[in-house]
Amino acid sequence: MSAPNKSYDPVEVEALKPEEIERLRDEALAAFEAAADLAALQEAKVAHTGDRSPLSLANREIGALPPQAKKEAGQRVGQARGAVNKALAERRAVLEAERDARVLTEEAVDVTLPYDRAPRGARHPLTTLSERLGDIFTSMGYAIAEGPEVEAEWLNFDALNMGPDHPARSTQDTFFLKDATGQPTDGVVLRTHTSGVQIRSMLAASEPPIYVICPGRVFRSDELDATHTPVFSQIELLAVDEGLTMADLKGTLDHMVVSLFGEGMKTRLRPNYFPFTEPSAEMDMVCFHCRGESVGNPDRPCRTCSSEGWIELGGCGMVNPRVLIACGIDPNKYSGFAFGFGIERLLMFRHNVEDMRDIVEGDVRFTLPFGMEI
Amino acid sequence: MRVPLSWLREYVDLPAGETGRDVADRLVRAGLEVETVEQLGGDLKGPLVVGKVLAIEELTGFKKPIRYCQVDVGDANGTGEPQNIVCGARNFAVGDKVVVVLPGAVLPGPFPISARQTYGHTSEGMICSARELGMGDEHDGIIVLPAEYVPGTDAVELLELVDEVLDIAVTADRGYCLSVRGVAREAAIAYGLPLSDPALLDVPPANAYGPLVKVEDQAGCDRFVARSVIGIEPTALSPLWMQRRIQKAGMRPISLAVDITNYVMLELGQPLHAYDRSRIDGAITVRRARAGEKLRTLDGVERTLDVEDLLICDNSGPIGLAGVMGGAGTEIATAVEDPETGRVDGTTEVVIEAAHFAPVAIARSVRRHKLPSEAAKRFERGVDPEAGKAAAQRAVDLLVLVAGGTAEAGVTDIAAPHPVHSITIAADHPDRVAGQEYGRETVVRRLQEVGCTVVGGDVLVVTPPSWRPDLTDPNDLAEEVIRLEGYAELPSTLPTPPAGTGLTESQRLRRRTGLALAGAGYVEVLNYPFIGEAVLDAFGLDADDPRRTTVQLANPISDEEPSLRTTLLPGLLAALRRNVGRGATDVALFEQGLAFRVDGTDPEALFNAPRLPVDRRPTDEEIAQLNAALPRQPRRVATVLAGNREPDGWWGKGRAATWADAVESARTVAAAAGVELTVRQDRHAPWHPGRCAALYVGDRLVGHAGELHPRTVKALHLPERTCAMELDVELLTADGGGHVEGPRISGFPVATQDVALVVDATVPAAEVEAALRSGAGPLLESLRLFDVYTGEQIGADKKSLAYALRFRAADRTLTAEEASAAREAAVAEAVSRTGATARG
Ligand SMILES: [Zn+2]
Repeated sequence: MSAPNKSYDPVEVEALKPEEIERLRDEALAAFEAAADLAALQEAKVAHTGDRSPLSLANREIGALPPQAKKEAGQRVGQARGAVNKALAERRAVLEAERDARVLTEEAVDVTLPYDRAPRGARHPLTTLSERLGDIFTSMGYAIAEGPEVEAEWLNFDALNMGPDHPARSTQDTFFLKDATGQPTDGVVLRTHTSGVQIRSMLAASEPPIYVICPGRVFRSDELDATHTPVFSQIELLAVDEGLTMADLKGTLDHMVVSLFGEGMKTRLRPNYFPFTEPSAEMDMVCFHCRGESVGNPDRPCRTCSSEGWIELGGCGMVNPRVLIACGIDPNKYSGFAFGFGIERLLMFRHNVEDMRDIVEGDVRFTLPFGMEI
Repeated sequence: MRVPLSWLREYVDLPAGETGRDVADRLVRAGLEVETVEQLGGDLKGPLVVGKVLAIEELTGFKKPIRYCQVDVGDANGTGEPQNIVCGARNFAVGDKVVVVLPGAVLPGPFPISARQTYGHTSEGMICSARELGMGDEHDGIIVLPAEYVPGTDAVELLELVDEVLDIAVTADRGYCLSVRGVAREAAIAYGLPLSDPALLDVPPANAYGPLVKVEDQAGCDRFVARSVIGIEPTALSPLWMQRRIQKAGMRPISLAVDITNYVMLELGQPLHAYDRSRIDGAITVRRARAGEKLRTLDGVERTLDVEDLLICDNSGPIGLAGVMGGAGTEIATAVEDPETGRVDGTTEVVIEAAHFAPVAIARSVRRHKLPSEAAKRFERGVDPEAGKAAAQRAVDLLVLVAGGTAEAGVTDIAAPHPVHSITIAADHPDRVAGQEYGRETVVRRLQEVGCTVVGGDVLVVTPPSWRPDLTDPNDLAEEVIRLEGYAELPSTLPTPPAGTGLTESQRLRRRTGLALAGAGYVEVLNYPFIGEAVLDAFGLDADDPRRTTVQLANPISDEEPSLRTTLLPGLLAALRRNVGRGATDVALFEQGLAFRVDGTDPEALFNAPRLPVDRRPTDEEIAQLNAALPRQPRRVATVLAGNREPDGWWGKGRAATWADAVESARTVAAAAGVELTVRQDRHAPWHPGRCAALYVGDRLVGHAGELHPRTVKALHLPERTCAMELDVELLTADGGGHVEGPRISGFPVATQDVALVVDATVPAAEVEAALRSGAGPLLESLRLFDVYTGEQIGADKKSLAYALRFRAADRTLTAEEASAAREAAVAEAVSRTGATARG
C-alpha cells in the first residue's frame, strides 16, 4: 500500500468507482440468492465477503486516497458491505430454517408411545387426609401429639372419667392383652381412642394453655365389614385454656369444615353423652355435596347424606372438669374443649368410598389414584 | 327405649297434628337420640273387624289341613250374613272371637285383600295372625280375642294397630328416659306443656305388716318396697291394650303378672319383680352371695355366684340375682288345668318387689354373668329411688283391676337414709360454659323444668330431682340449661392459641419418608398389627429370637392371629400376596408404623400398670410406672417388592426387582432422614443368607434389607425373589438428623482418574470403597463404582472392581502429578486393607 497521494483521484481508481461497487454488491446479493443450501451459501460468502473478495480488495484501496475522497469511498464501500452482510444473514436464516425443518422432521418420533417405565407410588389416603387435618390445626397454632397404641387403662379409661364400673367402658369393645406366657396383663389394653394422648398432653404440660390434636390408630374388637374395621384411625383435638367455651368449640369445628370443604360449610351440635366431656355433643356438618338442598327435594336426592342435609362427624364437648382434676389442672381456673372423629368415615364420604375393606386391604388399585396429597 | 306416640300422649297433651317425626325432632334438639320413628300400620286399611267363628269344616285331600269357616262379622260386610273364609291355621275353635280382614282391605306390606278362589271355595277375606297385622312376629297362629268383644267391632282401633313408635338410644347418663314417664317429661319441656306424671299416685304409708323383708346390705340396696296381692285369677290374661303397649315397646307379653311388672317398668322406669308368695320361705333378704352359692335363674341357667353378687334370698337360699334376673324357684307359675277335676293350678298370691340397687353392684353382676336384662339396664344407668312406692302401687292396682286380686294392706318400705345432694353454682356458670348469655332467670327456669329445686341469687344452690342421679357436677347443670336453650343457638367463636411451632422433627421425617418412598414407586399400605405364630415360623426365626416374644390379645378377632406384630413384614407380605393374588405382577409396598416389643423392657414392671386414683394428678413416679407397664413400641418403616422394578415395554425388557432395590429403599429412607447409611453383609432371618444386607448408621445396626429366604418365600406363597427392607426409624435418627454445612463450591477443574482393583470375591465392595476414600484424602470429590467383573481373565474366586475417582482442589488447578499421587494413595490403602491388586 502506498502513502496518501494528493493527486490520487478515486474516480480514477477503477475498483472504487461507484458503478463498480454497485456491481460487486449486486453480484454478491445474486450469488447469495442463488445459493441452494448452506454449503453453497458458505462458498458464496467466501467469494463475496472473504479476504480475497473484490469488495474486500476494494476496501483496501481506500486507505491510499486523499482525505475527502477517502471519506466518500469509505461510505460507498461500507454501505455496500453492510448490504451484502445483511443479505448473507437473511439468506442464512432462511436456509437454516429450511434445513432445521427437514432434519427435525426426519428425527420425529411418535411421542404418544406410552412411557411408564418409572413405577408410580402413592401414599395411603388415610395418612394424607390425617396430615391435611394436621396442617389445618398446626396453622392455627396447635401441636400434633402422639402416644403409644398399647396404652395403660388408667390413661385410656380411668383418667377420662370412665372408672372400672362405668357403663360406657364396656361398650367400647376393648382388646385386652396377655403377655407372651398367656397371663392376662394388669391395666394395659390396645387403646380404644387417642384420648390417652390428650391425657398425656395434659400431664406433660406444666400449665395450660394446651392446644393439641391427637391423630392415630385405635382398636375396637369389631369384625371387618363394609362399614366397620377393628383397626381404624382417629383424630382428636384438645384445647385447655382460660375461658374456653362451647362457642369456641363450635367455631373451631366450623373452621375445620370450611378448611376441608370450602366456604359456606358449617357444623351443628346435638346433645349427647360422653363421660369425658360435659356438656357433650354429637357434631354434624352440612352435607358438602348437596349443601342441604336435597332435604325435602325428592327431585334432587343426595347419596352422600341420604338427603338428610347433614353428615354425622363425631363426638365433642367441654372437657369434663373431673378429667382436668385427674391431670392436675385446676378446673376453676381453666376450661377445655375436645372432639374426635374417625378418619375412615371422613374418607368414605369425602371421596365416595363405598366399602371399608378397600381402605384396609392394601390393594394398590385403591391407593394409587390418591397420589401424594389429598 | 321404644316409646309409642299414643302412650306418650297420655302424659303430655301434644298438639293434635304433631307427627312422630315432629316429636322426634324436638326430642333430638333436647338431646335424646331418636334413632328411628317407626310407622305402625302405616299402609293398613280396613275393614278389619272382630269376628265370631260360627262353623268350621275340615277340608281334606290337600297337602296340609285346611279349614273352611263361617264367621259372624256383624254388619261389617254390609249384609249381616256370615263370611265364608278359608284358613290354614288351627289354633281356634267354634265360638272363638277372631280378627277378620274383609275384601277391599289392605294389610301391612302392603297386601291388598280380595275375595279369592282357593282350595275349592271362595274365601271372602282372611282370619288374621299377629304377624299379618304387623303386631309382632312371635307366633304364627291366628289371634284369638277375649270373648267379650262384639262381632263387627273395628279391630284397627281395638288392637291399636296404627301408631308411631320413637326408638330412642338412651345414653348412659339418662336412665330416666328408659321409661315413658321420662321421655314424656322431656317432651313436656320441649313443648312447654305440663306433664301428667304417672308416678303421682296415692300410696298408703309404710306399715309393719307388709311382706317380711330384711336388707342386710344397705350399700347395695338403699330402698326396698314390697307389696302383696292375693286372690289372683290364675287364668286371667293381660288385657289387649297392655299387651299391645308391651309389644310396641319391643318386649313380649308373657303372663299377666310378668306383663304387669314389665308394663310398670316401661311406664315408670322402676324394674319390678313378682314372686309367687307361696313359694317364698320366710323373709325376703337382700345380701351379698356367699362363696360357692348357686342360683338357677329364670333363663334356666345354673349360675355359680360371686361373693360380690347382690342377692335376693329367703330361708332356702338365693331366689334372685338382685336387679338382674329372678330365680326359677319363685317364678310365677303358669296356670295348669287338671284334666280330671278341671281345677286350675297357678299363682294366686304375688309379692311385688320394687327396690333400688347400687348401679355398680348391678353392672358388675351383669358383666360377671354376661346377663344383660331390661331391669339391669335401668339399674346400671340409675333408677329414681323415689319411684319404687308408686311403681309397686301401680302394679298392685293393675293386679286388682285386671286379675281380680285383692291388695293386702301391708306396705313394706325399707329406706336407707338418703343424703340430699345439692350443687352450688354461680348463676352465670352455664353462660360461661356456653359462651353465650342466658341470664339468671333463664338458668333458674330451665333447671326447675328438669325438676331441680333452685334457691339463691348470684350463687344458686341446686337440688336435682330424685330421677336425675346423673346431675352431680356444675357442668351437668350447665348442660341442662344449654341443651334446653338449644345447642343450635350457640355462637361460633375462635379461641386464640399461642403461636405454634408446627410439626415435630419426627413427624416431618415421617412425611418426607412417605413422600420419598412413594416418589420412588412404593405404594403405602396400613396393615392390621395382628400376627400369628405361623408367619414367625415361616420366617425361620430361632426359638430365642426376640421377634417371637409377642404381646397377645386376650380376645383376638382371629385365633390365627392372636399377637401384636414385632416386625412390620408379616402384614406387608400379606398385602403383597393379596395384590399378587388379585392379578398384580409388579408390586412395591411400604408401611410406617409401630411394632410391639417386649425385649428391652423391665419384666417386673411390664404389664403391671397401677390403678391410680383420679381425684388428683398422678405423681411423676406413678406416670413412670404406667409407662414401664407398656411394651416398647418402636416406629418402623419397611418395604417389600416383587416382580419387575421397571416393567417390560416397547423399550425392551423390564428390570426385575432385586435385593439391591430393597437396599436402595433403605437409602431412600436414610436420605429423607439426612443420615448416611452403611451396609454390611449379614445373615438374618427371614432374608436369604447370601443376600442380606445389615444396615448401619455408624456402628449402630438399624435394620436389614435384601432378598427373602427362598423357604420363607415358599412358605408364605410369595412371588419368587421377593425382597424386603425394614428399619427402626428411632435408631436411624438417634444421633439427630444430619445438620448440613453449606458446601464450598470449587470453580477449579476436575481431574478424573480410573482405578481397577482385583479382590477376593468375598471382600465386600463397601470395604474397598471405604479404603479408597480413606486413602485418597481430601482432594477426592467423588468416587463411583462403574463396573464389577468376574471371569477367567482374573481367576476364579476373584472380582474386579472399577472405580471412577474425581479429584478437585478448592484453591488451585490440580496438576496431573497431584491427581496421580492421590490415586496411588487410594490404591495403596485398598491394597493394604483388602488385599487388592491393581489391574491394568
Ligand atoms: Zn347431601
